[in-house]
Amino acid sequence: MDINLIKSQFPIFTKKIKGKPLVYLDSSNSSQKPTSVLNSLDYFYRNEFSNIGRSIHSLAVNATNKYEETRTSIKNFINANSKDEIVFTKNATESINLVASTFGQENIKKGDEILITELEHHSNYVPWHYLRETKGAIIKFAPINDDGDIIISKLKELITSKTKIIAVTHLSNVTGTIVPIKEIVEIARKKNIPVLVDGCQSAPHIKIDVKDLDCDFYAISAHKVYGPTGVGILYGKKKWLEKLPPYIGGGGMINEVNKDKITYASVPEKYEAGTMPTAEVIAFNESIKFMESIGIQNIIKHEKELTNYALEKLKKINSVKIIGNPKNKAGVISFVIKGIHPHDISTIVDEEGVAIRAGHHCCQILHNRLNLSATARASIGVYNTKEDIDILCKAIENCRKVFELK
Amino acid sequence: MDLKELYQDIILEHGKSPKNFGKCEKYTHEAKGHNPLCGDQVHVYLKLNNEKNVDNVTFEGTGCAISIASTSIMTELVKGKSLETAKKIVIDFLNMIKNTQEIKSNDLDEDQKIKIMSLSGVKQYPMRVKCATLAWHTLTSAINGKKEEVNTEVID
Ligand SMILES: Cc1ncc(COP(=O)(O)O)c(C=O)c1O
Repeated sequence: MDINLIKSQFPIFTKKIKGKPLVYLDSSNSSQKPTSVLNSLDYFYRNEFSNIGRSIHSLAVNATNKYEETRTSIKNFINANSKDEIVFTKNATESINLVASTFGQENIKKGDEILITELEHHSNYVPWHYLRETKGAIIKFAPINDDGDIIISKLKELITSKTKIIAVTHLSNVTGTIVPIKEIVEIARKKNIPVLVDGCQSAPHIKIDVKDLDCDFYAISAHKVYGPTGVGILYGKKKWLEKLPPYIGGGGMINEVNKDKITYASVPEKYEAGTMPTAEVIAFNESIKFMESIGIQNIIKHEKELTNYALEKLKKINSVKIIGNPKNKAGVISFVIKGIHPHDISTIVDEEGVAIRAGHHCCQILHNRLNLSATARASIGVYNTKEDIDILCKAIENCRKVFELK
Repeated sequence: MDLKELYQDIILEHGKSPKNFGKCEKYTHEAKGHNPLCGDQVHVYLKLNNEKNVDNVTFEGTGCAISIASTSIMTELVKGKSLETAKKIVIDFLNMIKNTQEIKSNDLDEDQKIKIMSLSGVKQYPMRVKCATLAWHTLTSAINGKKEEVNTEVID
């Protein structure tokens, strides 16, 4: 894998931040975009633009075909059974809301339980909280240990006859924990409980095989997978997507409309109401191709090496503490420095062109659990290099200097 | 821009060892403030005497160097002032941060002006302005006897 060749595909890396080359370590927040994705957006709007599915002129047919090609690519990318199991949404957040809302309508009554974990992003908590507010559901949190691993035995104990769904992240956006989804699904299967997986962080970094995981739902955001903003994916087992009620109503999701009766389109169109982000869905195909051209195994290897390199270097810096030490860790490294608040760290390293994130990263439950109000987070993408890590570490040394730490 | 304009020695000192930290006795007013974006929390305690002078003002909270220093400096500047003067200092400060105005207050001595001006570096860092203003909004809220927590996402 030629890292320079990969980096050269991302035009943003020719730009300077405060006069310095950009060291982008905020890919968990959102990834940068390769030229092929940018070109696809531009090409489609300039040469091929049309709405999909409605008209039968040449442009519309072409746009519809390309839109569907992305669906097929995603199906292969996550190894779904059928392209009908892939629904386009706005982002992973919308995907999770779709499930919470439609599943909740029919399957959640007062006193029913929803099991999530202390690792969850607000996107995989707030939608379920709505069911607590509107239906009187109970939300239970499977605890983590201090390493940032979910305590599976405790998760098991929290399952009762009232547990209606389990929603869990595949990869923590704070500790980098890779969650043993297969194990959790196996536990859930025995009790016939469906499992939703928040795959927002996993999609760019590990191999996803929904058939192997046997999960019922899987949510992804394109913008974290080197794709455009405005597109998300909901994978759902066909039996679920067919059974659950529609979510957003409007054009494109109907079959027949009469004054007294409406029938809905079959899946996945049933869940794609209104004009979709056509150009973005089409461009998303290029990000999948980009990932596949490198090969997910190569990506995993590169990012693992870089993560280990970063962890080792960071641990050597006085007063840096890495948050979490999970069994299986991806390139998401949250840390604190004794005596310097994460926001001050972020501002100071930004002067060196280093982009990291500071705050609670939409995981207040997790931060409370770890007794932290905020952390700094460096997250790795396929384009990062050892040099990026070196510059980060130097910038952190500079923080210590500014704050006159010994 | 030089980081030292933002992280001046005064700020670092107040950030590290804030003045008037803790809950003061017999406070008459209090308010909480929260910056949900970064998790900064502040709780301001104000003790007014019968003549409506600021007898004491203290705070508890967590936050970055800018927010802790700003709060610490604020307590130093308004302590001992009349309530009306304290309010004017708050307005002057917010004007300085938001509208790039000079501090022309007659209520502060030179040393105090230097302290308050040390916070003006945040103007260059728009994402950090809320760190600096949180405490001042919270003090206003305490003075006005507001019940709900100050939320930087709602006021700024
Ligand atoms: C684990 C996890 N879940 C969900 C989300 C929400 O993603 P989006 O804002 O793209 O819907 C994120 C984004 O940071 C995330 O890290």
